[in-house]
Amino acid sequence: MELLENINPKLYRKCEEREITPDEEDDSVVDPFDSREVFDLIRSINDPEHPLTLEELNVVEQSLIEVDNANNEVNVKFTPTIPHCSMATLIGLSIRVQLLRSLPSRFKVSVAITPGTHNSEDAVNKQLADKERVAAATENSHLIEVINQCISNH
Amino acid sequence: MSGTMGKLELIQTLLGHEGRVWDVCWHPQGNTLASCGEDKTIRIWGREGSKWANKTILADGHQRTIREVAWSPCGNYLASASFDATTAVWDKKSGQFECNATLEGHENEVKSVAWAKSGHLLATCSRDKSVWVWEVADDDEYECAAVLNAHTQDVKKVVWHPHLDILASASYDNTIKFFKEDVSDNDWICIATLVSHESTVWSLAFDSTGTRLASCSDDHTVKIWQQYLPGNTEGIMTPGNEPVWKCVCTLSGYHSRTVYDISWCHNTGLIATACGDDIIRIFKEVEDSDPNEPSFVLYHACHGAHTQDVNSVMWNPAVPGLLASTSDDAEVKIWQFTD
Repeated sequence: MELLENINPKLYRKCEEREITPDEEDDSVVDPFDSREVFDLIRSINDPEHPLTLEELNVVEQSLIEVDNANNEVNVKFTPTIPHCSMATLIGLSIRVQLLRSLPSRFKVSVAITPGTHNSEDAVNKQLADKERVAAATENSHLIEVINQCISNH
Repeated sequence: MSGTMGKLELIQTLLGHEGRVWDVCWHPQGNTLASCGEDKTIRIWGREGSKWANKTILADGHQRTIREVAWSPCGNYLASASFDATTAVWDKKSGQFECNATLEGHENEVKSVAWAKSGHLLATCSRDKSVWVWEVADDDEYECAAVLNAHTQDVKKVVWHPHLDILASASYDNTIKFFKEDVSDNDWICIATLVSHESTVWSLAFDSTGTRLASCSDDHTVKIWQQYLPGNTEGIMTPGNEPVWKCVCTLSGYHSRTVYDISWCHNTGLIATACGDDIIRIFKEVEDSDPNEPSFVLYHACHGAHTQDVNSVMWNPAVPGLLASTSDDAEVKIWQFTD
């Protein structure tokens, strides 16, 4: 059996369920799209190696998600569990695909590694930012199968 | 000038493609248009009275996304480059469009295909980092003349010089390279590498003379390059007796996202860009600007030209001011620019 890269990952507690404010209950008030909504879309994505979610591994956190509703921008930073994690591109791609499938098309989405947390962050970020590379990768049936497995359980 | 000069009027929106439309290419005679995309089809559009209508849909030619289409200079052939690693060549000799040749060899996605003006050569490029030059023999036969491994990353675009058999390529390695056939041994060689962009170079366009090149990039800029020949009066050194290309103008601060495509009109001299911020921009060179330090202004900016990223733009080669564009929003649009 192959040795896992990160045999003993650090676990984090899931954050609490969202508190519903009176404004949110009011149907006549339009809810602005916010970072919590984006977090809810990606928190349960599975890590490719361990039976744990990206939230449980602290790979994604709500505080590292920026939403600019007025300018239709969503920026997600994710933190690989170890600096030489070879799954970083796959994790980034899973986040991108999940958001591509769930967010309204008006949003420009960027997914990048939290600065300073990975040895090859520039190279990985460049790939994740290249929509042609992302599109071609997701046409690869083997790869999309792996990604779908990470994203499923929603 | 702040991008509000002239008028870019939407003539028609062409619907039909499903998903992202990557590219559009005008037929050399200007009355036909081909588009391609994620839905693995090529759609051919032609004039029907005052409107444009879909004439043909070419499906089953490719197994994956079709990234670029290009009409041959004679107008009788259409080449299509696909993520399925092949390039197909279509013609209408039988009365209907048929794929009569398939060029194989690239290891993965083919990103661009271009025909040389002379009509005897075709070029393709791929994520496999190589640029291939193909010779066109008679009877739908294509022979690989060269496999050029000069780039260190994914090659996004190939473009031929408007008059000579000189090839330019743009890459994820942030550089532009020029290639030509060495007369002494008939080998294709890299004769220049243009370094200035700070990220992937997505596309290129020569001006009508072939002495200037415009490039666009993920670094949100457009750069204008000027050719200096051996013996030039500006005193620029030309090692190896080959022309040298220098970046003489950088247009920065205009595009807020990746610039995916650029088109330089050989009739009007206007430059159009396709950007990830959904805007089509038109740049005009300032009159009497110094050729060694030219000035371009943002003449017109069409905000929300599409509802998503604009992937390609092309000026009509025959009708001045007529422009086609495509987008992630699945639409192809035809515009008329008037000064």
